[in-house]
Amino acid sequence: MHQVSLPPIGTAKAWREAARRFLASRVPPEQIIWGDHAAAPDLFGNVTPPPVGGPVSVPRSFVTMAQTAVWHSDPERFARLYAFLWRLKDAPQLMNDRGDGDLAHLRQMEKNVRRCQHKMKAFVRFREIGAPDAPRRSFAAWFEPSHHTVEPTADFFVRRFSDMDWRILTPDVSAIFEHGKLSFQQGHSKPELPEDAGEALWITYFQNIFNPARLMVKAMQSEMPRKYWKNMPEAALIPQMIAQAPARARAMAEAAPTLPPARMAQVQAQMLPHASAWDGPHEDLHHAIRACTRCPLHCHATQAVLGEGPRDADLMVVGEQPGDMEDLSGRPFVGPAGQIFNSIAAEVGLNRDAVYVTNAVKHFKFTPRGKKRIHQRPNISEIEHCRWWLNAEIAQIRPKLILAMGAAAAQSLTGNDTPILPRCGKIEPGPYGIPVLVTLHPSYLLRVTDTAVRKAANAQFRQNLAQFCAAGGIRPTTI
Amino acid sequence: MAKQTLDQKLAILSDAAKYDASCASSGSTKRDSRDGKGLGSNEGNGICHAYTPDGRCISLLKILMTNFCIYDCSYCINRVSSNVTRARFSADEVVRLTIEFYRRNYIEGLFLSSGVIRSPDATMSDMVLIARKLRHEEKFRGYIHLKTIPDAAPELIEEAGLLADRLSINVELPTDAAVKQYAPEKKPEQIRRAMANVRMAKDASKEKSFTGKRPPRFAPAGQSTQMIIGADGSNDATILGQSTRLYSSYKLKRVYYSAFSPIPDSSAKLPLIRPPLQREHRLYQADWLLRFYDFQLDEITSVTLAGNLDLDIDPKLAWALAHRGVFPLDVNHASREMLLRVPGFGVKTVDRILITRRHRALRYEDLMRMGALMKKARAFVTAGGWTPGGLTDSANLRARFAPPPEQLTLF
Repeated sequence: MHQVSLPPIGTAKAWREAARRFLASRVPPEQIIWGDHAAAPDLFGNVTPPPVGGPVSVPRSFVTMAQTAVWHSDPERFARLYAFLWRLKDAPQLMNDRGDGDLAHLRQMEKNVRRCQHKMKAFVRFREIGAPDAPRRSFAAWFEPSHHTVEPTADFFVRRFSDMDWRILTPDVSAIFEHGKLSFQQGHSKPELPEDAGEALWITYFQNIFNPARLMVKAMQSEMPRKYWKNMPEAALIPQMIAQAPARARAMAEAAPTLPPARMAQVQAQMLPHASAWDGPHEDLHHAIRACTRCPLHCHATQAVLGEGPRDADLMVVGEQPGDMEDLSGRPFVGPAGQIFNSIAAEVGLNRDAVYVTNAVKHFKFTPRGKKRIHQRPNISEIEHCRWWLNAEIAQIRPKLILAMGAAAAQSLTGNDTPILPRCGKIEPGPYGIPVLVTLHPSYLLRVTDTAVRKAANAQFRQNLAQFCAAGGIRPTTI
Repeated sequence: MAKQTLDQKLAILSDAAKYDASCASSGSTKRDSRDGKGLGSNEGNGICHAYTPDGRCISLLKILMTNFCIYDCSYCINRVSSNVTRARFSADEVVRLTIEFYRRNYIEGLFLSSGVIRSPDATMSDMVLIARKLRHEEKFRGYIHLKTIPDAAPELIEEAGLLADRLSINVELPTDAAVKQYAPEKKPEQIRRAMANVRMAKDASKEKSFTGKRPPRFAPAGQSTQMIIGADGSNDATILGQSTRLYSSYKLKRVYYSAFSPIPDSSAKLPLIRPPLQREHRLYQADWLLRFYDFQLDEITSVTLAGNLDLDIDPKLAWALAHRGVFPLDVNHASREMLLRVPGFGVKTVDRILITRRHRALRYEDLMRMGALMKKARAFVTAGGWTPGGLTDSANLRARFAPPPEQLTLF
């Protein structure tokens, strides 16, 4: 028989060291009596120190678990950990077996310690013990944890409160942090800490952030068990707050609505100059498009995407509708399809800054799928509703030629909804008698998977853009 | 009027802030002050430092900079037509409260919101000033959540995002029509545009420059929003539809649902009701199913009555009861996607099942140890030593889970 007594400070390291030696010398769990420093020496225990061991290897996940579970208050913890370690040496896959009874018990212990650590991080309440204007301030707290959690949790407070001195005193082990050095001491009794002015403000906050109309005492108690209340200054008020809540809620419900205060009109007058602060260019058309609610698309899209380009452009390009990127940024032709358009336009010598680009439908239509937005074709009624705006833009710009990209644009401009492919490259009459050149939508070039078809479509689109360039009187720049 | 003390101001301005549900302090960058040159740390997961009897946690000092407001939103205690006492913190007062509370381990950081005073830009720049003082003068490394004002200038939002961990803008109500009716000065399209800007600034901060340098992190804990439920007539299908669109459009971290709660000095436009807490709870459950359990919106709404979730049973159970044909599932063979649909199984339980069943066949007791709620799940699964028999298709299965019928009072 071996007997091991582990110290209260540095327990995890001591257990690990002892367990490593026992395991290396193949000492079975039945032969070891584990105890903490407080345990009485066992009558049958042989006080021989653990034998000298060699290297042993165990799964990393066990080490992580043991380093937490070893702080549990259960006196059996050391023996349970070693017994499981003993089983693990022949069957390392046991660590992945969540149905195993022994592992489930250790995991439960680990969970209890973690919860206790978490509650310690949350519920420790410091009081100032030094002068508030001292260069290095000084705080102290009294806390009563359920497990031996001070040592494993102290580092959290070091990471957080390094620029001040603090001490967390407990009946078990206390942590003291002075001038950047952490130390542990044992056996403190509850100190008399001085009154702290910050505490009164905190209590005021606690009382006022509470909403008496939604009383849920059980939810509070499951997260903040009563055992912690005695060391939390705000908790003394809880019974009173609960008792008054129903009456306060009733009083709110029964109070008759009051008349608005006299200053309301004056205050609201301040707002007028700011009312249109966000509505972009001060042109009526753009303003009106942004505020459009003619079809239901506006409720879901971020914003109406307005046309862009010179007022006196000779050429106008009309796409289908904004996509994901356009919807977020509020600018047309900035997404993947827009980039295709830009690159091919640059190749055929079409200067994008010289043309006015816009869309047949101004709002993005989509269905959410998980974290993505999937583009959806606008339907006839949406195209019809938005034609109002497209025509208004055309009337303002008065271009000489319009390029309709894709079926929706072609339909909006010509009223003809027949298939687009046979119409590509043809000129059709558009609004106000302005000619419309029909072509594919650049997103089609991204969508087709068949290489041969894509090549043909690319050539077709390039040819139509060149045609558009030439008809508009822009000389293709030679590269 | 006598000058208000800090304590009085704190009472007024925290009372005014309590209708914001969010108090999260998680998911930001990891940082600490081990070097002794600053105060505070952030470790990724949030800490709730106290709980009030309404069951809500206190993680952040949640206050308004001021409760003066030029807007007249009917549901809000701070609207211009309300007669509540008004107060205003100076920037230094907010900084002092945050730091002193933080040093005493009361909070994880600051959640600063404000009524709109003078102009949206003036309000926002005061809020940014507070965040700047905390970060640069006090070297505060805790958590900061700023509620942004939708109409504020983009430069201010830009700076706010660099100082704060999280930004949020409230959509307020589930539909545009309801916003127009109850918050006449707020414009839904402006709110959406502001959320789009935050998302784009965040996306842009992820791209490295050609030298491989990363720009400073923008709102590392993301953005969130809140909508009030039960104030307008929208049903749950509308609310969930709105939130799925918000999640997909602006990459929100969270949509908070806040049951409309009676306020002191309420407006005549809105009826004072008991807050629909159970409905709020069911909406959160449905929200979780959409985000973590691969449920599609129409799957959840198809099993509702007139678009509203069943208040007696949770939405996953409601779906399972309506699709009993796919159950019982064999836990030893079913796919991850299907196991996630079993009522009583959470994501963690399912992951444990998948890991363990690589080594051996699972039995009923194993599932209990893995954290599954077998009281719910047993009607829908088979495992070693367990088959539900006729239970899956029994007519009274729903009644086993729903609370017993209640006798209404006669008076």
